[in-house]
Amino acid sequence: MWKFRDVISILDFNREDLEHLFSMTDRILERLFDVGSLLDGKIVATAFIEPSTRTRLSFETAAKRLGAEVINLEPHISSMAKGESLTDTLRMLDDYADLIVIRSPYEGSAKHAADVCEHPVINGGDGTQHHPTQAMIDLYTVRRLKGRIDGLEFGVVGDLKYGRAAASFLYGLTRFNVKRIWLISPEPLSPRPELMDRLKSLGVDIMKTENLEEAVEGVDILYVTRIQKERFPDPAEYEKVRGSYVITRKIISRAREGLKVLHPLPRVDELSHDVDDTPYQAYFIQAKFGVPVRMALISLILGAF
Amino acid sequence: MDEQETLRVSKIKNGTVIDHIPAGRALAVLRLMGITGSEGHVVTVAMNVRSGKLGKKDLVKVENLELKAEQVNKLTLIAPTATINIIRDYEVVEKRNVKLPDKIVGILRCTNPGCITRQPMEHVSSRFLIVSKSPLRLECEYCGRYLEEEEVLKQLTQ
Repeated sequence: MWKFRDVISILDFNREDLEHLFSMTDRILERLFDVGSLLDGKIVATAFIEPSTRTRLSFETAAKRLGAEVINLEPHISSMAKGESLTDTLRMLDDYADLIVIRSPYEGSAKHAADVCEHPVINGGDGTQHHPTQAMIDLYTVRRLKGRIDGLEFGVVGDLKYGRAAASFLYGLTRFNVKRIWLISPEPLSPRPELMDRLKSLGVDIMKTENLEEAVEGVDILYVTRIQKERFPDPAEYEKVRGSYVITRKIISRAREGLKVLHPLPRVDELSHDVDDTPYQAYFIQAKFGVPVRMALISLILGAF
Repeated sequence: MDEQETLRVSKIKNGTVIDHIPAGRALAVLRLMGITGSEGHVVTVAMNVRSGKLGKKDLVKVENLELKAEQVNKLTLIAPTATINIIRDYEVVEKRNVKLPDKIVGILRCTNPGCITRQPMEHVSSRFLIVSKSPLRLECEYCGRYLEEEEVLKQLTQ
């Protein structure tokens, strides 16, 4: 079911696949990460051509905790700095490693990597639509904190136009029977037609609003995202929407009891620090699940579970 | 067509006749077929001739060349009304229907400058899936961006 699969989009996985991944993650957490050197002798390559903190380091940590060796492509000091193409670089990594994790500024590069490489490829964030492993972590966090994903009401707030974590989370939710999803964003950051069409075709109950306070009152999960400054073609457009929404303790005090606030991090100014020490805060827990979910994922793909 | 126009586009002995092309798109059809003129075939192009069905239409005749199915299918992108006749010894031996292929590879350009297919160093051919036939809407298989009919026509006719 999972062995040697590429992980390009969360939409490549059905509910059964995801449930299996989550049970494996539960097992890893129950054993306090001590699952033995399941991947002894294996090599995992990371090729992060775009900045990353959590994704790259959690993949590296996950691989090392499983006993694998990790090699990292450093684009600024590799032949890519001399002008070598991504395609040729991938061919080389495919010769060296058993699994390749890629993040590139070019949209669709993970799919291209999967076409080029014989070994499995994991998309570590690609373009504006796909960050499948982040979605796996987000869904796992909800399931863990709420005991279920089905029947819950979700609010996804922020940059729904350029934010790949938000898009992947939304796609991931379509694999479950959620009650409703609120899409909350100022008009310039509202979702692209491609995303809306796909969500509609998957039969989800979707509500769009610019009114954050109204939406917050009814949701069980509030998923906040950063405005993706680096993806705006025109910096002036970014300045127009910068700071257009900020989640504060005051705003979420109107929420129903048990609300959990998620954020894929990093945050800039869209999520106030005064939420950090409230019971609503779930983003640091979410970040902590990055390693066990990715441990489960790598193990399943390399056939260790 | 009246007599004068019939004279303009006389019968061919062997080859392909692409008829009922929307007016003004004959050159784009040739481009899409990969016919540049340097192949040596005799090519006759008639543009903006009268048509009972379309009002005005274009027509292309290529002598001694029988178009392949995949070449014909590409035509639906810009000439969904086109009819294709294969001619042998002055007779129509086959009428080919134009059918939109499932994927369009390498002809069109993704509008997203950040798409992997737009990076000259990477040599990745564009690939589009058909989302809707009418109006035509394609989706880039790599970055997921839509390509609308208007843009398809623009790319193929300019």
